[in-house]
Amino acid sequence: MALKKVKGSIDRIFDKNLQDLVRGIRNHKDDEAKYISTCIDEIKQELKQENISVKANAVCKLTYLQMLGYDISWAAFNIVEVMSSSKFTYKRMGYLAASQSFHDGTDVIMLTTNQIRKDLNSPNQYDTGVALTGLSCFVTPDLSRDLANDIMTLMSHTKPYIRKKAVLIMYKVFLKYPESLRPAFPRLKEKLDDPDPGVQSAAVNVICELARRNPKNYLSLAPLFFKLMTSSTNNWVLIKIIKLFGALTPLEPRLGKKLIEPLTNLIHSTSAMSLLYECVNTVIAGRTVSGSSGLCVGLSVCASLCVRLCFSLSPSVKYLGLLAMSKILKTHPKSVQSHKDLILQCLDDKDESIRLRALDLLYGMVSKKNLMEIVKKLMLHVDKAEGTTYRDELLTKIIDICSQSNYQYITNFEWYISILVELTRLEGTRHGHLIASQMLDVAVRVKAIRGFAVSQMALLLDSAPLLSGNMQRKGICEVLYAAAWICGEFSEYLEDPVQTLEAMLRPKVSTLPGHIQAVYVQNAAKLFAAVLRNGQQGSQEGAAVQETIQLLTDQLPIFVQSADLEVQERASCFLQLVKYIQKLQQKDVDVGEEVTALFAGELNPVAPKAQKKVPVPEGLDLDAWINDPPSEPESEDEKSKSAFAEEEPQQPRQRHREVDEKELARRREERKQEQANNPFYIKGSTPAPKGYQDTMGVEHIPVVQIDLSVPLKVPGMATSDKYVKIEEERRKRDRAEKGKKKEKKKKREKRSRGDRRNESGPESEEDIRPAQTVDIVTEEMPENALPSDDEDRDPNDPYREAVVATSKSTTEEPADPGQGSDTEDAVSSFPLRCFPDVLLGPLGVTARDLPAMHFMPQKSSKHKKKKQKKEKEEKEKKKKKQHRVPNQEEEESVQNGTVEEEEDPLPVCDVQGNLQDSSRVVVSVIFENKSSSFLKSMEFNVLDSLNAKLQRPEGAGPHDSLSVPFQLPPGVSNEARFVFSVQSIVMPQKLKGTLTFIVKSDDGSSHEKLDFKLHFTCTSYLTTTPCYSDAYAKLLESADMKGSSARLQGVGLPFQHLLAKICFHHHFSVVEKINSCASLYSRSIQGHHICLLVKYTDQTVTIDAKCDESSLLGNLLDEIKLTFSQS
Amino acid sequence: MQFMLLFSRQGKLRLQKWYVPLSDKEKKKITRELVQTVLARKPKMCCFLEWRDLKIVYKRYASLYFCCAIEDQDNELITLEIIHRYVELLDKYFGSVCELDIIFNFEKAYFILDEFLLGGEAQETSKKNVLKAIEQADLLQEASVCLHAGFPPSVLSESFLCSLDIAGVFRRVKLD
Repeated sequence: MALKKVKGSIDRIFDKNLQDLVRGIRNHKDDEAKYISTCIDEIKQELKQENISVKANAVCKLTYLQMLGYDISWAAFNIVEVMSSSKFTYKRMGYLAASQSFHDGTDVIMLTTNQIRKDLNSPNQYDTGVALTGLSCFVTPDLSRDLANDIMTLMSHTKPYIRKKAVLIMYKVFLKYPESLRPAFPRLKEKLDDPDPGVQSAAVNVICELARRNPKNYLSLAPLFFKLMTSSTNNWVLIKIIKLFGALTPLEPRLGKKLIEPLTNLIHSTSAMSLLYECVNTVIAGRTVSGSSGLCVGLSVCASLCVRLCFSLSPSVKYLGLLAMSKILKTHPKSVQSHKDLILQCLDDKDESIRLRALDLLYGMVSKKNLMEIVKKLMLHVDKAEGTTYRDELLTKIIDICSQSNYQYITNFEWYISILVELTRLEGTRHGHLIASQMLDVAVRVKAIRGFAVSQMALLLDSAPLLSGNMQRKGICEVLYAAAWICGEFSEYLEDPVQTLEAMLRPKVSTLPGHIQAVYVQNAAKLFAAVLRNGQQGSQEGAAVQETIQLLTDQLPIFVQSADLEVQERASCFLQLVKYIQKLQQKDVDVGEEVTALFAGELNPVAPKAQKKVPVPEGLDLDAWINDPPSEPESEDEKSKSAFAEEEPQQPRQRHREVDEKELARRREERKQEQANNPFYIKGSTPAPKGYQDTMGVEHIPVVQIDLSVPLKVPGMATSDKYVKIEEERRKRDRAEKGKKKEKKKKREKRSRGDRRNESGPESEEDIRPAQTVDIVTEEMPENALPSDDEDRDPNDPYREAVVATSKSTTEEPADPGQGSDTEDAVSSFPLRCFPDVLLGPLGVTARDLPAMHFMPQKSSKHKKKKQKKEKEEKEKKKKKQHRVPNQEEEESVQNGTVEEEEDPLPVCDVQGNLQDSSRVVVSVIFENKSSSFLKSMEFNVLDSLNAKLQRPEGAGPHDSLSVPFQLPPGVSNEARFVFSVQSIVMPQKLKGTLTFIVKSDDGSSHEKLDFKLHFTCTSYLTTTPCYSDAYAKLLESADMKGSSARLQGVGLPFQHLLAKICFHHHFSVVEKINSCASLYSRSIQGHHICLLVKYTDQTVTIDAKCDESSLLGNLLDEIKLTFSQS
Repeated sequence: MQFMLLFSRQGKLRLQKWYVPLSDKEKKKITRELVQTVLARKPKMCCFLEWRDLKIVYKRYASLYFCCAIEDQDNELITLEIIHRYVELLDKYFGSVCELDIIFNFEKAYFILDEFLLGGEAQETSKKNVLKAIEQADLLQEASVCLHAGFPPSVLSESFLCSLDIAGVFRRVKLD
């Protein structure tokens, strides 16, 4: 027996132990795998032996091999054997091996339950400890269920060593077997008061982790933890408690208030950074969710603390400071934004992860004021950056920062374009397509920048070989895609299309990727069209056209041979077109226009939310099936049939649309109005009156002279720095100008609201207006789209509050003169619209054309539908003096024209006029049969004057009457239109006329006659035309405007109503309105400009008027006076 | 804490402890990925990185990287503290710990870790208590080994401690 024991020991000495194995592996570096496979074979032999120590040694070696990545799952049963050894050494080894290699899928775990229970209840605390430790790693739901009770008993073990392990492992048990939580919780709570700090901390740990998963259930423990927090000095415990409170405060706002004191105390007293950081996190978290009260006091402390962290020398602490700042930024951008310089400094940090954090922060910190500075700094970093990943990250961040919220912070788009061009110099970046899409986006949406963009793109194309020379720069050549498209699409801005065309047709282009070549070919065609267009102007250009055709016929064959199908197809099409044009040119046929027509039409971007804006029509359920879902898959035929049927109803509708152009025009008009009313809608400038349009705004653009004749070496010739300087100067100038304007204001009481807002001295955020008349071009919106509102904003947008904060002042409520005028029926019954240009936000319009209010009186009469088709409208009124219908408002008597009628009880007529061009007036007459008899054979006749003539069908004599093409049953009304030609519009006039008709009653029929007068007032010839204040100012200065003035006394109306009335009755639109002073504009059908300056003081209205036709003006003023005297 | 890894500058794994059940394949993949990421970082960089939905906290001591994965809400600094505490424990136990100590006594390193952390949470914040528990367990173990194999306890422990005394090769960086 003794001998056997000795023999076993000696055997064991010759076995490899763990140290031998490790040394062996280190000695067999070359054939490690082979060595290990022999070792595993040995281990397999050892495991077959009876001797437990041999087995334990083998398991130990296996555990080591497992760490090296070898599979030992085959030895699971042997591990269980070693675990169940009575010797602590082997048991310990066994449990270690099990904890390292067992997982939920290990089937032998089932066999261990009893062994583990035995160990848990072992009198030796280390046996128990080892079992608990092992169990914590491989506990399964089954084991939890079976052992929960034993572990719960251990929580009250006499030894704290066991208690704390038992408490901690309960957390794992709860996770695997949640039913155990309820019975165990009271005991767990008890452990918070355990005399041993280790057990206490373990209990805090477990409850904290539980509370993070489901905070609601642990609110009742808050007082207990509060006590613990104020009494405990153990940082480990404190951190856990504070974390727990971080989870609880969102649910109980009062808690936040209570916490603020101990937390600030801790922040000020502790030297442990980890505790400090936890406090900051909790304050931020509590603030984020609870909102108003609670931890807001602590926030400023936190912000300054974060700054302190950022100044730390240790990169880790710095990183955490930035991390915490970004959390604050989400809710309180203001408190972080002041530390911009610090963040910028962090960009210089050696550590990439710190720089990336700082970049993230910058995204939320930019404003109009600091955007250029920040981007300039970032551009420097782009140049310095060594790693491409970081550089790419910078690039995307720059673009993100600039383009965020619809380019909200960009004040100078020339600068932005030049930044983009500079970015194209980056080699090997993956983000060529990103830059390209930005170029396209800006060029399409910012109209004013197109000229500049095209010039830059042309240069970019010129340097194209530089870009395409190296295949490694593949990513960046995407930019050429954008460049070619912009040059082609906006070729009218191109100074030298021929040169650009040459650049686009270089043989080297054929090395570009196919899709770019395709764009090249297509846009070469557009450029060719531009060349042809220019070619019509003179013989010199004619020669250029010949040269261009030659160039195209020479170069295009390269593309025709392209392997890319798309390029090939486009090129051959284009080549044929060129050849055909050449033929036509030889025959001296002018083809410029036809070719241009190929590319006519402007592309407008569609607003991203367009679809969302369309209200769902009543009764339409979008979720409902249009056709019942096919019940069985076999009905394949049926399905296709139903799909066809679905399309069917659309076709007639489309046809209908095509036919009804008027309807289309009406809708367009409606849509324009809708857009104008939409404060979030970024729209283009409304067309100003002809003749003034082109002078508007353009000269205010600080034009940067770029010497195109000198080709620069680098493609991005115009450096962004230049624009930074220009922009600064511009802002300075602006401020100076504003100062001047303010003085002027006293003299001229016409000032836009925008200027008044800027009265405060120092330059504020809002003061910075965009450099150019940079309008983001109208995005197409669906008709009957709903006015946009805040719903646009993503509520999850972390920077939402920041955006709201900065844009608030730009979205002030417009002063809508049309609203609230309910005292006056006539006015209020018409939806008065104003164009709140000022609402367009930072990008919409320049300061100069700020609050241009235009009234667009809409006829809300029953004939609304027909009326709206006409762009120029005039309304005339024909009434029967004696039989005024009670529901007709008093105000209608002051309509521009009246038709006086002699006595006759039968028809009531409503005459409405339409002006279509400079010499024709369309008068709509509404015939209403108020009698109880049937009317027929109506004939309408007017006695022509020298000035105005009724247009009669050809062949009819000058005195013939026109028959009205309908009959009138009793109580029915209908409308007929008559066209008049008018020569002079400066004088009002009345035309006499007669209406003859047959009255058919029960006792026979009689012939009746009705005399009336058609009153053409001067107002009738005016059309409501919007005008911008700068164009308006120009108009006033022009020499051929003659002045006149009128005074109205005793006007009791509020000023707004007064304006509304003038606008409505006399077809004016408000240009500017300040307090009780407004400027109005209108235009006659023959192109006379009428400007009014209306001042209102103490029921007295002074109207100073200017017009280039004094008699028209005089008559007009008389009519206005009449309007107010009648009311 | 989700898991802890110890690996050398050469990328050799020295110790791994998983507190979440994962398959071996998954573990290997994560290990390989993390080792690469962490080794690629420059010495002066901060000790944190975001990886998948976890936060990685790592610290290098001499030639060994200690690397922990924690959840989003966990405190990075306290994790750093845990790593440091563990290194101190190893240091106390082995006396100027070096990489070889951990290679040859990897099970001891595990035992110390298990006394310090349980289920990913710190179970004992007192260094003294941890060491005491380990010592006593070791005593128990050696007694049982010697009883069984017939060697006096001192022989075993001294012999391999001497053979490992090549601390000159590895300079322990002073913990900061």
